Amino acid sequence: MNLKQKLKVRTWIVGASAWGIALLLFFPILWMFLTSFKTELQAISTPPTLVFEPTLENFSLVQERSDYLKHAINSIVTSFGATILALLIAIPGAYAMAFYPGKRTKDLLLWMLSTKMLPAVGVLVPIYILFRDYGLLDTRIGLIIIFTMMNLPIVVWMLFSYFKDIPREILEACRMDGASPMGEVVKIVMPLAWGGIASTGLLSIVLCWNEAFWSLNLTAADAGTLTSMIASYSSPEGLFWAKLSAASTLACAPIVAFGWLCQKQLVQGLTFGAVK
Amino acid sequence: MQRAVTRTLLAPSVISLLLWMIVPLAMTIYFSTIRYNLLYPGEHNFTGLLNYEFFVTDPGFWPAVNNTLILLGSVLAITVVLGVALSALIDQPFFGRGAVRVLLISPFFVMPTVSALIWKNMMMNPVYGVFAWLSQMVGMEPMDWLADAPLLSIIIMVSWQWLPFAILVFVTALQSQDTEQKEAARMDGATSWHIFRYLTIPHLARPVAVVIMIETIFLLVVFAEIYVSTGGGPGYDSTNLAYLIYSQALLQFDVGIASAGGLFAVVLANIVAFFLIRAIGKNLTV
Amino acid sequence: MKFLSRAALVSAATISLGISSLASAVEEITIATVNNGHMIEMQKLSSHFEKANPDIKLKWVTLEEGVLRQNVTQDIANKSGLYDVMTIGMYETPIWGKRGWLKEIKTDASYDVDDILPAVRKGLSVDGKLYAAPFYGESSMIMYRKDLVEKAGMTIEDRPTWGHIRDVAAALHKPKDGVYGICLRGKSGWGDNMAFISTMANSFGARWFDEKWKPQLTTPAWTHAVSFYVDLLKNYGPPGSSSNSFNEILALFNEGKCGIWIDATIAASFVSDPKQSKVADKVAFAQSPVAVTDKGANWLWAWSLAIPAATKHAEAAQKFVTWATSKDYIQLVADTQGWGSVPTGTRTSTYENPEFLKAAVFASAELKAINSANPEDNTLEPSPYIGVQFAAIPEFQAIGMATGQMLTGALTGSVSVEKALQSANVSADRQMRQSGYY
Repeated sequence: MNLKQKLKVRTWIVGASAWGIALLLFFPILWMFLTSFKTELQAISTPPTLVFEPTLENFSLVQERSDYLKHAINSIVTSFGATILALLIAIPGAYAMAFYPGKRTKDLLLWMLSTKMLPAVGVLVPIYILFRDYGLLDTRIGLIIIFTMMNLPIVVWMLFSYFKDIPREILEACRMDGASPMGEVVKIVMPLAWGGIASTGLLSIVLCWNEAFWSLNLTAADAGTLTSMIASYSSPEGLFWAKLSAASTLACAPIVAFGWLCQKQLVQGLTFGAVK
Repeated sequence: MQRAVTRTLLAPSVISLLLWMIVPLAMTIYFSTIRYNLLYPGEHNFTGLLNYEFFVTDPGFWPAVNNTLILLGSVLAITVVLGVALSALIDQPFFGRGAVRVLLISPFFVMPTVSALIWKNMMMNPVYGVFAWLSQMVGMEPMDWLADAPLLSIIIMVSWQWLPFAILVFVTALQSQDTEQKEAARMDGATSWHIFRYLTIPHLARPVAVVIMIETIFLLVVFAEIYVSTGGGPGYDSTNLAYLIYSQALLQFDVGIASAGGLFAVVLANIVAFFLIRAIGKNLTV
Repeated sequence: MKFLSRAALVSAATISLGISSLASAVEEITIATVNNGHMIEMQKLSSHFEKANPDIKLKWVTLEEGVLRQNVTQDIANKSGLYDVMTIGMYETPIWGKRGWLKEIKTDASYDVDDILPAVRKGLSVDGKLYAAPFYGESSMIMYRKDLVEKAGMTIEDRPTWGHIRDVAAALHKPKDGVYGICLRGKSGWGDNMAFISTMANSFGARWFDEKWKPQLTTPAWTHAVSFYVDLLKNYGPPGSSSNSFNEILALFNEGKCGIWIDATIAASFVSDPKQSKVADKVAFAQSPVAVTDKGANWLWAWSLAIPAATKHAEAAQKFVTWATSKDYIQLVADTQGWGSVPTGTRTSTYENPEFLKAAVFASAELKAINSANPEDNTLEPSPYIGVQFAAIPEFQAIGMATGQMLTGALTGSVSVEKALQSANVSADRQMRQSGYY
């Protein structure tokens, strides 16, 4: 076998195993998708029904029962709102830490990260009471505040690592031109770190979209997101697997599609300053 | 002058996080010292450290601490090892690489509640789950995953969700690896394994540290997966600290004990963070 | 400062919600409900109510049972007033009613409150005042495969002994053919495995607490009952019993994999529905088994609509609650869905309706079960608590949950029955001590 043939065989093996593993890992999602087109009886039949006549019944049931659009809009508003807000708060902070590091910058960063390690359920009651007193229960603004604070540490940290990769010389040249610090951020840092900011934002959107604890406990009829819609389909009295799959497919489809569209950006951006 | 500017720029994030942390924390500390059950309004006597005592002597406490750490360690190990292997695999050219990458990262976008529901009802169910069907096909008795290996089941679910994240970060890192260096090594007769071992792995040291750091933050407070699938059982076999606190706060409505538990979880988190940073800190851009 | 920030937040909230609140001269009420079939039907039919009451608009929050319970308890205990009507059960109603957290349900003559089944009404009242209107009620009973039992040459009468049930289960148990002798709840939770095990323990002569509120989990009656339960499921049950509750078993039964199932009477309407069940024409029903007593051998539960005291729309809420639990509502469901789908277990008149009796094969068995349950006289030896499969005290959720977890452990074999009951008793004792019962 010559080198070329060898390479060809190698590529073939790599491709086959990569495809195999990828399909294996993707299988649960595919299965959920397929189940959403089955009837309830087909969904639980053993051995599993593989060939079946797809039905859209589950989807129409879900639409009839819960206002999908309302939940989806709430999800979009809260996850984008919280992401934008978090970026606005974090960009100046991360910039300051990256370009004017002090003795305690490292501690400050670690402290920020450690605020994320408190289990949400431990502070549920205090937050609930605060929200009740300020009229934030069951409002999108309330959720946006929570989601912002929830992701802020990670957002700051990611941005910080991107900013650190920006060559100092460029900034210094700019400073000689007499740009103000804020102007520096807007004119120089933002364009240079654009990839990083975008992928930080993407990650934050995904995390907000999938957040279930706060959105379940702090909302009622008005501000419920898609994760709280799922809670109306899991384990009622009676068979529910197909309906649940349909609701889950609807809830996940936007963010999965969004993730697929943006995956190039994510793959380029998730460096965490770890790439030199 | 510059210091003032730095401070102004830092102020929004620091102040908001401080408020976010201090206000609930102060309330939590206060609640943890009083008798406060939602179902008993109006009886908020000061009880000193009684709530802490109750939380720590809860029969589920030590199992929960153990499970929290086992879950953390196993998922970190699985996602890092498999993540490195898989991203090295798909870093090579083959047919349909883009599509494979899309498939591999998809689980990361699925809500934790949904993924737990899929795994529990459609994969691991011992009667009509896919796993049961597969094991019956090869003539084996179907395994009752959630009952016989509850913690392992949770580990599988959580790893499935976080493996894509590790892959994302590692793939990003591998893309920046110096191809000329690799070519040169190959010219010098280095095998693929050698290249992987002596060039790729050292190159991945920092991304690995990053993945460990971020995953730790999330894995210490895994909740939805346990809530949806095993409910912490059987016994306390899959109860972690977050779930134990949850059962105090929202199943028993004892805010006092739950607050004490929450504070304990903070302490544990900081201990873990301390060791973590000592272990991998030099690889972090901090 | 506090005032300022509050004002700012409020004005921000007003701006964002301004449009909707300005446009609505009508009264909006928010209803929290559980995602069971009958409630889904109510949500669908509620347009009739809105048509009849154009000044009231209904908003729905439908959640699974566990999440619903958390949300409404948070809401009512913190008096946040998010919900105007909430769906609660027989456990919460007496506790919350006594606390003054619920508004009394006031009804007029046309509502015919005396039509409500006495056992159900008693369970939802405190000092003769009704605090929640029953939407549908249930007890527990035996459901079994007529065809298989006949083939085995056996029968199941009303109130069989547990020993007989074991014998029949043994005869039906053919895992090779995909049929398991008996399916019972095993998933931990005070409303899951403990609901069933409590009734079983009752019939073995056990009780949760003695008259001095001391937990009784280590008594021989409990040990006997739980050992029997564990042996039964280990020998003749399906794999994975420890994660089975109502739905999981329903799926098994409808697939034809269970010989006997003892669970909520509401299941009867599902297993006898050919659209859901492969064995719809092969099921029969019998009253729950007994060991030493029939006291408390079958449970009693009613999903009911209650109005929190903190609501600002009490009148509209009353209107809705009486509509949804009225005879007319049952008639409405019958007209649109047929008598087989009406919510049952609440009113005597339903069971007197010949059309209902014709449509529901399980009607007489269900009525018999509900009528034989008495939440106030539930155990062989006297007990201080109200409730058949629970004790209506705030501590019970915690106690029931911890016990349920321990017993699931005993079922999987990770601890022995004695050990499990012992540690459950210790934690129950802890809880009662902490609450100052003794």
